[in-house]
Amino acid sequence: MIKFFLMVNKQGQTRLSRYYEHIEINKRAMLEAEVIKHCLSRSKDQCSFIEYKDFKLVYRQYAALFVVVGINETENEMAVYELIHNFVEVLDKYFSRVIMFNLDRVHIILDEMVLNGCIVETNRNRILAPLLVLDKVAES
Amino acid sequence: MSDVVERTLSVLPGLLGQHKPGAGPGDTGGPGRVSASSRLGSLIRSITALTSKHEEEKLIQQELSSLKATVSAPTTTLRLMKECMVRLIYCEMLGYESSFGYIHAIKLAQQGNLLEKRVGYLAVSLFLHENHELLLLLVNTVVKDLQSTNLVEVCMALTIVSQIFPREMIPAVLPLIEDKLQHSKEIIRRKAVQALYKFYLIAPNQVQHIHDKFRKALCDRDAGVMAASLHIYLQMIKENSSGYKDLTGSFVTILKQVVGGKLPVDFNYHSVPAPWLQIQLLRILGLLGKDDPRTSELMYDVLDESLRRAEINHNITYAILFECVHTIYTIHPKTELLEKAAKCIGKFVLSPKINLKYLGLKALTYVIQQDPNLALQHQMTIIECLDHQDPIIKRETLELLYRITNGQNVVVIVQKMLDYLKESKEEYAIINLVGKIAELAEKYAPDNEWFIQTMNAVFSAGGDVVHPDIPNNFLRLLAEGFDDGNEDDQLRMYAVQSYLALLEEEGALYPQKFLQVMSWVLGQYSSLATDVDPEVILTKLHSLLKKAFVTSETKVWIMAAVTKIASRTSCSKTVDKVIQEFSNSLDTSMRQFAFELKHLSEDKALMKNLLPYDASCSDIVVDASLSFLDGFVAEGLGRGAAPYKPHHQRQEEKLSQEKALNFEPYGLSFASSVSSSGITGRQSPTGLSFASDMSGNSAETGHKETNALKLEGVRKLWGKEGYLPKKEKTGKENEPQTVPCGGLLAGEVGDPPPSGPDQAAILSEGDKEKQQLASSLFIGLGSSAGVSLMGKSDTATQKFKRKSKINETQNSEEISDFQSSAALDFDPLLGTAPLNVEDCEENLHTMLRKASLSSSDLVEDTLAFETPQSEKKCGLDDRLPDSRLSQSSLFTDGNIEILQPSPSAQCEGASKTPLVPALPEELELHTHSEVMELCQNDALVLHLCKVWTNDSLLLIVFVSNKTTSALNAVNLVFEEAEHFQILESLTYQFPLIEAQSVEHCQKCVWMEKISAHGIISGSVNYQSEMETCLEFSITLSLLDFIRPMEMTTEDFGKLWLSLSNDVKQNIKMSSSQGSLSEALNTLQQKLKLHIVDIIGNEGILACQLLPSVPCLLHCRTHSGMLALWFRSPCSALPDGLLYQCQKVMEES
Repeated sequence: MIKFFLMVNKQGQTRLSRYYEHIEINKRAMLEAEVIKHCLSRSKDQCSFIEYKDFKLVYRQYAALFVVVGINETENEMAVYELIHNFVEVLDKYFSRVIMFNLDRVHIILDEMVLNGCIVETNRNRILAPLLVLDKVAES
Repeated sequence: MSDVVERTLSVLPGLLGQHKPGAGPGDTGGPGRVSASSRLGSLIRSITALTSKHEEEKLIQQELSSLKATVSAPTTTLRLMKECMVRLIYCEMLGYESSFGYIHAIKLAQQGNLLEKRVGYLAVSLFLHENHELLLLLVNTVVKDLQSTNLVEVCMALTIVSQIFPREMIPAVLPLIEDKLQHSKEIIRRKAVQALYKFYLIAPNQVQHIHDKFRKALCDRDAGVMAASLHIYLQMIKENSSGYKDLTGSFVTILKQVVGGKLPVDFNYHSVPAPWLQIQLLRILGLLGKDDPRTSELMYDVLDESLRRAEINHNITYAILFECVHTIYTIHPKTELLEKAAKCIGKFVLSPKINLKYLGLKALTYVIQQDPNLALQHQMTIIECLDHQDPIIKRETLELLYRITNGQNVVVIVQKMLDYLKESKEEYAIINLVGKIAELAEKYAPDNEWFIQTMNAVFSAGGDVVHPDIPNNFLRLLAEGFDDGNEDDQLRMYAVQSYLALLEEEGALYPQKFLQVMSWVLGQYSSLATDVDPEVILTKLHSLLKKAFVTSETKVWIMAAVTKIASRTSCSKTVDKVIQEFSNSLDTSMRQFAFELKHLSEDKALMKNLLPYDASCSDIVVDASLSFLDGFVAEGLGRGAAPYKPHHQRQEEKLSQEKALNFEPYGLSFASSVSSSGITGRQSPTGLSFASDMSGNSAETGHKETNALKLEGVRKLWGKEGYLPKKEKTGKENEPQTVPCGGLLAGEVGDPPPSGPDQAAILSEGDKEKQQLASSLFIGLGSSAGVSLMGKSDTATQKFKRKSKINETQNSEEISDFQSSAALDFDPLLGTAPLNVEDCEENLHTMLRKASLSSSDLVEDTLAFETPQSEKKCGLDDRLPDSRLSQSSLFTDGNIEILQPSPSAQCEGASKTPLVPALPEELELHTHSEVMELCQNDALVLHLCKVWTNDSLLLIVFVSNKTTSALNAVNLVFEEAEHFQILESLTYQFPLIEAQSVEHCQKCVWMEKISAHGIISGSVNYQSEMETCLEFSITLSLLDFIRPMEMTTEDFGKLWLSLSNDVKQNIKMSSSQGSLSEALNTLQQKLKLHIVDIIGNEGILACQLLPSVPCLLHCRTHSGMLALWFRSPCSALPDGLLYQCQKVMEES
């Protein structure tokens, strides 16, 4: 089970957050702050999985941006670690440059990949298909 | 700087290679793509530029108020609205609530064109939670979009449904979504399956009737749709793996195809075919094969192939391998595979990549209990990981060590854990670790000194976050003692001495919980230390009482200790001082204690009597009703005192006086006040005593606390027996294998690591140390020769015999068991007497049932419809898959017997014939199922027959003894079932089953929680050469508990209006069903509904769920459809019955 999916930059600013279990708004900010603090405290040669409270964090750093996924103990850490990379590859395929001003589209892409905490689609073409149709319609 | 942050993705070197200029639609996209100039863009930029939280808050509030104005302005275009929505999402993401926008998000989803609509839905899914009231407003939009001819809209609607949807509205969209399962586009089918998965998660009852459609999805020609269905299957198999064993073959085939690269290439990820799909399938197989040799057999090949194929050096293949290893160790073991999996784990553990090392440790931790040798193979690596610079790796290693702890290595392992504990700061980690240390210390402590020292470390390091069970269990251990009284006193004395030493240290700060433990032990056992003057102890406690860091709760503990010690001294200056100082303390409970102490020390004899030495384990009988005060109360009432009113009643009265208008119906409040005042006379003192309990002021409660509390009624988290016995057993089994491991001194050597030989050659000091550590860590895992690396076999004897008591009691129980069974064997009178009693009881039961039946038979002629045969048929239809399963299992059983015509098998076959159980005559009268076989082994066969009496479901379990000797004390034990309640007791004992004979027992079952199907499992155990246990499970359907309900049309009308939960549904009638009356007759026969009345094209029916929950049904036919309308006081019952109706109507 994936509990949440976060993109946070080094300054601790949240760039994207999606929770698969209901958490109060004010608790989210606190959680995100703690999560990024944990990630920042780790060096490159330490492992990418952190035991945090009763769940685990799997994180990957891309330049100044951290993608952090909270999972429970039934999930395969390495599979989630690679899911992050798959997600980033999909983003890279779709967006030519800045992605953060397209919050809605990033969400739409993520929703195709993860639903209810389950990995539902990992095929890049299929992930992007609905969004590409929307773009085409918007264009014409 | 911020620019750098935002461009992060494009600077990825690995991704740049795939980046083509103007890649696809990326550059040509809609207006949102020209983002730098967009409003969201400028908002993000300005926020990134800010330096303080305060400024951010100001800016966002400003933004929110401008957004609020924009979204509520009527002139706002949908396009602008979409843009606003994205900014609102951003604001909420930063933690600023923007609830004013929620309704606009719903509107946008309703009115927008495609991209706007999508953003509207997206905002809804981000803003609202499952139970949000606004969610209902979305339902219409979803229904409309599901029916749209535009596939994009259908897609969106399906996506939102699978994210968030109100549970009670599922029936409104379910038929539409079911239709989509046949859609020609894969994406629609896939999303429909995802939506059904969501429904399964939030309301499993609602999708029960479409299980066969899940099967169709599993066999879909498109891999995506199939993959989507796996989520549902994983969930269902997790809940009930036995129901899906027949699908094992399909899952295996699918995995084979995926692994073999039969999927389209775009499912590949870094040239590995659909890795996440593989992982999902491996998980499912693991669940199916667990404890099931026959099913496991089917998957060995494909697991082997998975291991072989996943050899490319990429992270994702390691993820697959990890899952594979997990599955191999979960299912019924096969040696070859285990060897390969172990090798695989070795690769992980030895990998220089830190993430793989972590996975390796995790895998080791999982398999270690089955295969302790694996830990021996990797001991040097484990030692290295213990000192790893990454605390996460260390923690995982400790988790591993925790699993292999035994009496011989406990000292070293606990020391490592304590070291880690000192470094860690995170509260959750501390609680977790402290709990483990305490558990290990309690189980395996080698001597008193070590135990007390370790517990001291636990209490000081754990601080006040330790779980309350830890101090409670510790004190309980001290108080209850072990088998040897001498030993007990030594342990206690050591504790006392160690605490006195700790308190000696000037200026040391201890956690409150630790101080409480110390003061309890000192108060209770300080007299054991005869060489210490009680006055010294009292002085120490007294000085603690004056410390500022000691909380008032702890002070009460200390005060109690002072009181106890004072009772054993003749006179003490310190006690006088304490009395004097606290007699005018501001803390009322301290003052109370001081006064008590003062009065008690004036009467030493009473005090000694009140505080007997070492009586903490004796039970204290407390008269909770305070009946001794009755006289006092009566006297008070006689003098005209007002009767006592409980707190809540006073509160209510006060409220009602304040209220200007009384909205409550008068009749009710009057009744309740009468009833409560009627019992006040008796109840009043109890209420009072509770109040005083709370404040902890009264003398009695104070002493109760110090004497008995904490020791009684405390949940026993850890049993005193460890799994050492099990360990020893596995150790013995492994002995022959561990001998080759003896060569481990030569390094981790022969095996994979290339560095091995070097290490062996240069045995540096550090290595020696490590090996020494290894030999102490892994001792006791195999034979000692195999383990001790330095050639020094250190057999630490276990001095601390905590477990022996348990063993002894077990032994004695066994002995007494044996004796009683022996008595049964040799004394026919003893043996048969209880049996007769049972028989009598049973006869009585059946006679009663018969009586009740015959009386109701006279009234109910409707039952005549249900011939036993039709009943049997429908029962069989109900569990077709089950019966298929049992048939197949029977078949294979037969095969085995044919293949191995051993004399015993033949003899068994011959002896089977007379052992067909038959229902007792009195039960034959009722409708009942056929007698089905539940399970069997060499000695026993279990059969089941369900008997549907008017007022209950009776399960008749027949136990047949196939052997040629009598079986004693056969116990039938049912487990607590989630949905059902088994009346009377969960167990039944057959004192004796003669050779070649059949006994039966009957259990009455009610349905507690409504579900279409449920399982009761249980086991039979008996003593032959050894304790043998045979497990079985019984599937029960809702229909087993439905009975017709007699009533008149008028009664029906009245009841109908009083019921609130209703469910409506239209179902198609097939042409064969024709008229209403035919349809109703079907329902009457198959579902046991009672037809109350039929008027024109409408009919009313009634039934009840045992014991007496009514459910009413109103039916109407129109144009080939049957409109069903259920009402019941129980909300889940209509759903359940609706499902049954649908099934019945489809079948007929």
